[in-house]
Order: sequence, then structure tokens, then C-alpha cells
Amino acid sequence: MTTLRVPSPGPWTIRPRTAVASAIRRYLPAVFVFVVLMVVWEAVVPRTGRRPLPPPTQIANALLTEGATLYPAAWNTLYSALGGLLIGTIAGVAVAFMASRWVLARDVLLPLAVGASAVPLIALAPILNNWFGVLDPFSKMMMAALLVFFPITINVVRGLVEVQPQALELMRSYAASDTQLLRRVRIPNMLPYFFTALKVSTTLAFIGAIVGEFFGGSTVVLGRLILKSISGGRFDMAWAVIVLGSMAAIVSYLVVAFVERLVIPWYVSMRDGAG
Amino acid sequence: MNPDSTAIPAAVPARPPVVRIRGVDKTFPVRGGAPTVALQGIELDITRGEFISLIGPSGCGKSTLLRVIGDLITPDAGSVEVNGKSARAARTDRDYGMVFQAPVLFDWRTVEANVALPLELMNVPASERARRVTEMLDLVELSGFQRHYPHQLSGGMQQRASIARALAFEPTILLMDEPFGALDEMTRERLNAEVLRVWARTGTTIVFVTHSIPEAVFLSTRVVVMSPRPGRIADVIDIDLPQPRTDDSRESDRYFELVTAVRESLRGHPTGSGARTRAEGGIG
Repeated sequence: MTTLRVPSPGPWTIRPRTAVASAIRRYLPAVFVFVVLMVVWEAVVPRTGRRPLPPPTQIANALLTEGATLYPAAWNTLYSALGGLLIGTIAGVAVAFMASRWVLARDVLLPLAVGASAVPLIALAPILNNWFGVLDPFSKMMMAALLVFFPITINVVRGLVEVQPQALELMRSYAASDTQLLRRVRIPNMLPYFFTALKVSTTLAFIGAIVGEFFGGSTVVLGRLILKSISGGRFDMAWAVIVLGSMAAIVSYLVVAFVERLVIPWYVSMRDGAG
Repeated sequence: MNPDSTAIPAAVPARPPVVRIRGVDKTFPVRGGAPTVALQGIELDITRGEFISLIGPSGCGKSTLLRVIGDLITPDAGSVEVNGKSARAARTDRDYGMVFQAPVLFDWRTVEANVALPLELMNVPASERARRVTEMLDLVELSGFQRHYPHQLSGGMQQRASIARALAFEPTILLMDEPFGALDEMTRERLNAEVLRVWARTGTTIVFVTHSIPEAVFLSTRVVVMSPRPGRIADVIDIDLPQPRTDDSRESDRYFELVTAVRESLRGHPTGSGARTRAEGGIG
């Protein structure tokens, strides 16, 4: 038995130094390429005389000096995006549980969900603004929620339903109840699907919120700030808004990835090929 | 067939059958085609403590028969009695342990939590659960791997964990569906010996589906040979190799005779003691 080589437990066992070292090694090429791109941009772009593409230093300068305008807008957009993410996720999970529990619900809801996810939902933004009040941030949340809803629903249904047939036979041979099957097999089986969808949805929520803002409402939001900056010829400011929005989306994504690691460490370790 | 054959036989067997199968038929519909007759007129008695192998070419219904015994498939006709009750009652009484070709371990549970699963479902107290899990992992020689996740184990170790799980609640019957079919020959032979050791120690009745002739002969007290289309029992061969079986058993003359007998039977020349009268109307 001792001759068998056994892989060490997964990466969530804390080995900080090697973890940091391997992270640096892994991302170094990407960081390097990014820096080269920025340098080339800085050097080449001003000579083309294209105003929509200001040099990175100018964008960074806007980020640092226009904080008073930028940060309140960023907070408001973050609020709409995360609110929408929450609403869309709760609704999506609720519908998915119903669809996986009742065949009738599945037959009705799933084709609808799949069909609706083919609709260019962004086009509904002006309607949602009208419906829920253009000045109410709730209208932006609904745009974000709508984009989030479909990937969450479809993935959670798949996770609940796509259980190995033999696992069902096994549970049946134990005379397990439906509740036991749900708690011990279907829900744990669903969690990786859920987190995959949630990570995609985080980005979608920001897209939804910002597009909703384009069509009117409060002016202290990232979407309106982009429009205002461009009409005033401040492209450095518009880019600063985009950078800020990206940062908010990336941080939200990382928070979700961190929670995933806490909730389903076994899956993260399998996926990342540890051991 | 004598119409009175359902009457109680004159010589009552010393040990009552654990499994009693009478006239079981099962047909699966095939979309846009003729239905598949998976089982036809199956009659089989299995006695307590026996090790029965079901062998036959693919499509002969051996896995279906195993699932009929375990009440995972309901037959169209006939009866299955297990421990003197219906197969369904036996299932809800948790008389069965199941082992499949795939280990079917849950990725989100450690080895010990996987083995403890049936005990959890049966509301066995935690302390008792821990004791049983330790005992079972010891039995299948996986002590020291309690905290590992399934993907950290080799295929053979995963299958041992699934055997430990099947035995954890002391089922009276162990149903094994080609459990070693996906493993290499060396691992397979080692696990064969291990299953025999477990069988001797626990006294569990085992029904074992395989398509390996040597495996069936080495393990079993009786080999049930099945033939396809429709799935029927073609022959039942007593395996009278002395117990306990060891590596030497695989090299004895009797072993080779029995392997030949099973092979002949699979080719349609039944030689076994319990040979059924085959349909006179020819084959195919």
C-alpha cells in the first residue's frame, strides 16, 4: 500500500509561498504582453492623431484626478449591477428548482427559457426604463437581472438533472427519499454548474446595468458618464470610466471565484488538475 | 416442462433460498423497431452464502436480471422473492448492496464520507458510522485514505471504496454489475481475491455479472450462463473448486475443465449439472 504514490490533497490546503510563486509564474506572460501593449499604445497612438484613443498615461491621469466625478458614479453602477445579479440569480435558481422538480414545469419553462435567451435582451433596455421608471435604479437592475436570469436557470437545471444514471440507481437501492436524493446528490452535483454560470453572470450584470444607463436616468452613473464625456470631447475620461467599470466587474468576479473555492473546494481542485 | 413443477419439491433444501425467481419476463420497447426481449422465462434459486455469476454475451440480459433482483427494473411477468418478501420490500428494507462497473463515488465526498453515505441515509448515529467506516476501509485495505477525494485515487482503489460502501450497512445480498470490467488484468485478479476474502468474512450472498469466463469460474459457487435474443438461462454450472480459492486454484486441472465447460456452454453446448432443456426448434 505504501508503494502507491498518492497525490497530495488539493490546493486549498494552505501552502502560501508555492501558491504565490506558481500564480506569478502562471500569469507572468500575460502581464508582460499587457505591459508591452500599453507601451506601444503610449508610443504609437498620439502620432496617429486619433482623438478617441488617448494614451494610457492620460487615461490614468483622468482616473486619479477626476475621482470626485468617477467614484460616486461607479458606486451607483455597482449597486445596480450587483442588485440585478442578486435578483436574476434568485429568480433563476427558483425557476430552475421548479423546472427540475416537476416535469410539467420543465416542459413549459425550459423551451421558453432557451427561446428567450436567444432574444437580444439588450434591446429591451428602453422598455424596462419606461416600465420601472427611468430615474429608478431598479429599472437598471432589471436589465441586469434579465441578462443574468437565463444562464443561471439553464445551468442550474442541467446541474440538478444531469446526474450519473448509476448514481440514481445507487440511491434507489438505498431506498433514499426524494429529499435525501436532492440534498445529497442533486444539489452538490449542481453547484459547479451554478458557479460557472454565476461567474459569467457577474460580467453580464455590469453590461446590463451600463446599457440600461445609456437610455436615461440618473447622471451619476458610469453609462451616462461615458456619453457625457464623449459629447464633451473628453475621451480620456470616457476610457477612465471603462477602466473603472472593468475593475468593478473583475473584483466582483474574483469575489465569486473566492466563494466558489470556499463552497466547492473539491471541484476547484479537480478542475485545476491538482493531484 | 411438467405442469406441476411449481409444486414444492419432495426434497426440501436445507437452506432456504435468498432469491427465488419464477417465470420472469422483461421486454424493452425499441423506438421504431421490434422490442427487445431482455429476459424470458427466467427461473433461478439462489441460496444463502452463494456466489453466483451471471455470464453471457452482451445483450443476453444479465445486467437486466441483476437489476430485476435489486428492484431497479420491474419485470413484465413473473415473481422475484428476496429473503421471503417481494424485491421491492427487500429494497426498502435495505437488503441490497450495489456495486457498478463505474465506482459511482461522489466527487464532493471524501472516501470516508462516501462509504458513510448509506449509513447516513439510514440514520445510523455518527459514532457508530465512524466505527463502521473504519472497519470497512480496513477490510478493503484503504486505511489511510479516508480523507482523500475520489479523483485522488486510482481506478482500483475507487472500486475498493465502492465495495466498502456497499458492505457498510451489512446488506444480505451484494449485487455487482461487472465491477472490475474497466480495470486492468492485474488489478482485476487482485480485487477478485479481495472480494473472495470479503465474501468469506461477511458471509454475504453475492450475485456477480461478468463477461470474463476465468473470473466467473474463479469466484463462483455456481455460474449461470445466459444466451441472448431472447435473454434466457442456457445453463447453470456448479463450480466445485475447493474453498478457499487461491492463486493455485487458477492453475488446477479442474479450473481449466470448468473454464472449458463454461466456454462450451456459451457456444451453445451446455454441459453443466443444471442444464435447462434448450428449445428444440434450433438456434437463431
